[in-house]
Amino acid sequence: MARVESSRRLGLRVPLSFAVLRAGVPGILAPPPRSCHGFSHMPYIPHSDPDREEMLSRIGAPSIESLFECVPASVRFPELDLPPGLSEIDVRREMESLAGANYSAADGPCFLGAGAYYHFVPAVVDAVLRRGEFYTAYTPYQPEISQGTLQTVFEYQTMICALTGMEVSNASHYDGATATAEAVITAINVHRLKRRKVVVSPWVHPEYRAVVRTYTQGMGLHVVGDVHSGPMAPASTLEALGEQVDGDTACVIVQYPDFLGRIEDLSDVAEAAHEAGALLVVVADPIGLGLLKPPGEYGADIVVGEGQGLGAGLTFGGPYLGFFATRDKYVRRMAGRLVGQTVDAEGKRGFVLTLSTREQHIRREKASSNICTNQGLIALAAAVYMAAMGRRGLRELSELCYHRAHYAADQIDQLEGYTVLREKSFFKEFAVRCRRPVKAINACLIDEWGILGGYDLGRDYPHLQGHMLVCVTEMNPREDIDLLVEALGDACGA
Amino acid sequence: MTQPLLFEISRPGRCAVRLPDLDVPPTDLPAGLVRSDLPLPEVSESDLVRHYTRLSQMNYAVDIGLYPLGSCTMKHNPRINEEMARLPGFAYLHPYQDEETTQGALFVGYSLQQFLSEIGGFAAVSLQPAAGAQGELAGVLMMRAYHIDRGDPQRDVMLVPDSAHGTNPATTSMSGLRVIEIPSDGRGNVDLASLETACVEHSSRLVGMMLTNPNTLGLFEQNVEEITALVHEHGGLMYGDGANMNALLGIARPGDLGFDVLHYNLHKTFSTPHGGGGPGCGPVGAAASLADFLPGPVVAMDVEQSEEDAPHFTLVVPPKPIGRVKAFYGHFGIWVRAYTYVRMLGAEGMRRVAEHAVLNANYLMSAVKGVYPIPYDRTCMHEFVCEGRFEDAPDVRALDVSKRLIDYGFHPPPNYFPLIVREALMIEPTETESKETLDRFADALLAIAEEARVSPELLYDAPHNAPVRRLDEVAAARNMILRWQPE
Amino acid sequence: MDLIPDARYTESHEWVRWDGDDLVCGITDHAQESLSDVVYVELPDVGDELETGDIWGVVESVKAASDLHMPMGGQITGVNEALEDEPEIVNKDPYGAGWMMRFRPSDPSQYDMLLEGDVYEEFAAQEEG
Repeated sequence: MARVESSRRLGLRVPLSFAVLRAGVPGILAPPPRSCHGFSHMPYIPHSDPDREEMLSRIGAPSIESLFECVPASVRFPELDLPPGLSEIDVRREMESLAGANYSAADGPCFLGAGAYYHFVPAVVDAVLRRGEFYTAYTPYQPEISQGTLQTVFEYQTMICALTGMEVSNASHYDGATATAEAVITAINVHRLKRRKVVVSPWVHPEYRAVVRTYTQGMGLHVVGDVHSGPMAPASTLEALGEQVDGDTACVIVQYPDFLGRIEDLSDVAEAAHEAGALLVVVADPIGLGLLKPPGEYGADIVVGEGQGLGAGLTFGGPYLGFFATRDKYVRRMAGRLVGQTVDAEGKRGFVLTLSTREQHIRREKASSNICTNQGLIALAAAVYMAAMGRRGLRELSELCYHRAHYAADQIDQLEGYTVLREKSFFKEFAVRCRRPVKAINACLIDEWGILGGYDLGRDYPHLQGHMLVCVTEMNPREDIDLLVEALGDACGA
Repeated sequence: MTQPLLFEISRPGRCAVRLPDLDVPPTDLPAGLVRSDLPLPEVSESDLVRHYTRLSQMNYAVDIGLYPLGSCTMKHNPRINEEMARLPGFAYLHPYQDEETTQGALFVGYSLQQFLSEIGGFAAVSLQPAAGAQGELAGVLMMRAYHIDRGDPQRDVMLVPDSAHGTNPATTSMSGLRVIEIPSDGRGNVDLASLETACVEHSSRLVGMMLTNPNTLGLFEQNVEEITALVHEHGGLMYGDGANMNALLGIARPGDLGFDVLHYNLHKTFSTPHGGGGPGCGPVGAAASLADFLPGPVVAMDVEQSEEDAPHFTLVVPPKPIGRVKAFYGHFGIWVRAYTYVRMLGAEGMRRVAEHAVLNANYLMSAVKGVYPIPYDRTCMHEFVCEGRFEDAPDVRALDVSKRLIDYGFHPPPNYFPLIVREALMIEPTETESKETLDRFADALLAIAEEARVSPELLYDAPHNAPVRRLDEVAAARNMILRWQPE
Repeated sequence: MDLIPDARYTESHEWVRWDGDDLVCGITDHAQESLSDVVYVELPDVGDELETGDIWGVVESVKAASDLHMPMGGQITGVNEALEDEPEIVNKDPYGAGWMMRFRPSDPSQYDMLLEGDVYEEFAAQEEG
């Protein structure tokens, strides 16, 4: 098989110097010409000189500057050290050159996952997202002229419930990590602040665990399970995790599939949590849920996760989508916006934001969270995506990921210098023990083969130095996988 | 006008996507771990496009007309921003790629950090926070961390003006701190005497103060220098809520006014779309004393690897971070849009934005003054607050005025905020609206005031020509229907 | 505003009246009217022990939420579960079927320090301003 010619290699350089960008030079970065009245032409400001004069005279102000007399004179009108404005032609050229300086999943096969996935986005998703009626609207506070947004959120909530096997979903959180942190806060509030302990599996995404700690640093909680805490070692199995649950535990957090891609029956850990009166929080991959038993069936109390795979694209880590679903009985403890069905004055069905008394604009310091803006447009993408895939498509897609990942694991396992960890079932990701450092292997993959290799697990787990997390999706056809196998052989054999 | 739900147009067997055939040998599915059913709708692509097109037609949006939501800065969203965020070199970038393959993206992040630092007058910026409220959380946690780091962990009191956004007190209590509310004076400024009393009373416990400037009344806080001096004198820090930065671009830098930390709203000030409720982006800027506590990673220039014409960028975590506030680095797609905006406008454009935003607000205020009471009658900044009540129509409320505005083809301003103004209408036109649009809006408001007097029922029953009539919110809250279920 | 003769009141708009050794508690007619349509009442757990002024619950309309405070310290002995399904009873009958919870006061003599009807009426009218 021929090697993919990678046009972009290690050591590429940004073509524009930042110093040049700031100062501006003749040619591409020259300042735009000024109009005869001292105002440059601004494409997004419609005022003409006569407009300005007429408006000022109506206000009774001698000049625009005079409107700012309340600003302390010593700091008024600073000279900002920014590069001069540009034409759209020049901005486009600059941006294309910056985008072109990256090497992305559009340029070669990608086997990176670890919480951000290269999944297929049907064209219909972006076609809907590009409608100005959706993306230039605000949060639907005036329901009579926001039924479009409100109904799409209601449909989104319904589909998230279907996917997770839960009873109620909110309108979204910022990402999977913050949804997890909000789940912890919900659990603490369900227990009316009487329980102070959170038990989290070390196999929950490391950055999610970090965000849980950031969010709760002022709340006086004990977050345990993933680190040494007193005599307790990190709970490497679900069973060991269950043993750390006690009467002070507000919730237990597990990931499904876990950070290493493994899938396990969650019934026992659900039971361990419930016996102690704690909530089970499951961080789930929505693409996995196309195939896997929904966490609701295991008895999960809150299901959260990263909805990026549902039509959001990779886009260097965001904006993504935090989904959050729970049981009806916890709805008032849940943060975030919620859309409900009602009727209008003529009895027609309509939708409104509801239960907003939980939120900051009414409850202020007693709100369940400070969240207001969420991920509206990405939730819309997820809704269009889930509807486009539908009952059959999502299952099919999920199975495709599963079979291809297993094919890749089988092939890699046969390679000299690589061992796949496969004592448990896995979905679309799996860990591989490598004879050489992962960084060196990945350098060879990108440099020589144009392949974006897997995630280096040694970054987060000292005992997994030399282990690579490989992700295979529907975007990796068999020839990509075969190429990866050949490249991995090359990387370790050389 | 109503549109059936997706679930109601669903028909068994339809699917809008064709996937590749299986090209590898199948593996047994994991026993006992497979779901039995997946109750998602089944529709074709044409069904979907029509469904969402019809739904979109039931929305009002900036693309349709004036959207004067106070403190929300619903300005025009330039189309070039959208194009640039979709360039494949940005859109298909994985966050965990080797930095050697993401230098173009890191360049955007680094430059935007620099731009925002310069515009706000701060030493450093983290682009990580996902929205204004999260920027606030980051900022308040940084203030808390600063005091703990200095061996002053007992400080737990945050001062918040009564005109503040609800997020300010909500963020404070999320951070484990206490809120003390400070009243406003007769001119809409923070009441200095009350502030001094609170500072003295809580001196040893003072974390700082959260202040929006211009405040939610649309007024520049005239005593801002005295306020920041007073809070600093008692060992506190000043938090700036940057929701209203559109009035300050190139006019004054919050850092120069004495703020120690501030969040920006890229989806307000920097023209990125509101998306029907997000995604936003709420970068946080910090003075030198607080920069070590910023959430990370942030983008840094790697001096050792940089050459004269070829800077090299890397992701680093600040020395004493509050932690990360989200996974990965932030809303990169929004960074690209905001970066594009700053590059289009440049330094001069920044100032022109603020000038015209303020010009528009003052023009509109003078057009309705005398008919709608203005509680704090002085030059406003980018927005103003008037009262939606009339002496000769005592039963008409601000809500009725708002709903009637819909019939005139405008999105209403928010009602009942700020809480300290009765029947408040909070109006922010933004700089991207023309004089003709403002004139039409003012005419509508004046016509509605006249209707309130002669035929108030037109207001009570409004809107008359929206896709639906007034909706029963009480029924929605009492009989919660939060998802569709088959009958 | 409606008041009942055998009850005492608080400045946070709760009423209490004796029922055996327990005090029954709810919100006043004035409070339900200013809240308008009540959509939810959050009730405490039976057995909770609370001090004077502690928050024991929340009453919500569509646009507002008010905390409910203990008029005197004591232990919760019962809650009105009917409000879970029909919060609107609070609007219809705030002093009867719309009662919210009952508690056993730790110091029954504190009852005499609560507001009498006419004092509360004056207070509420003033607050209305």
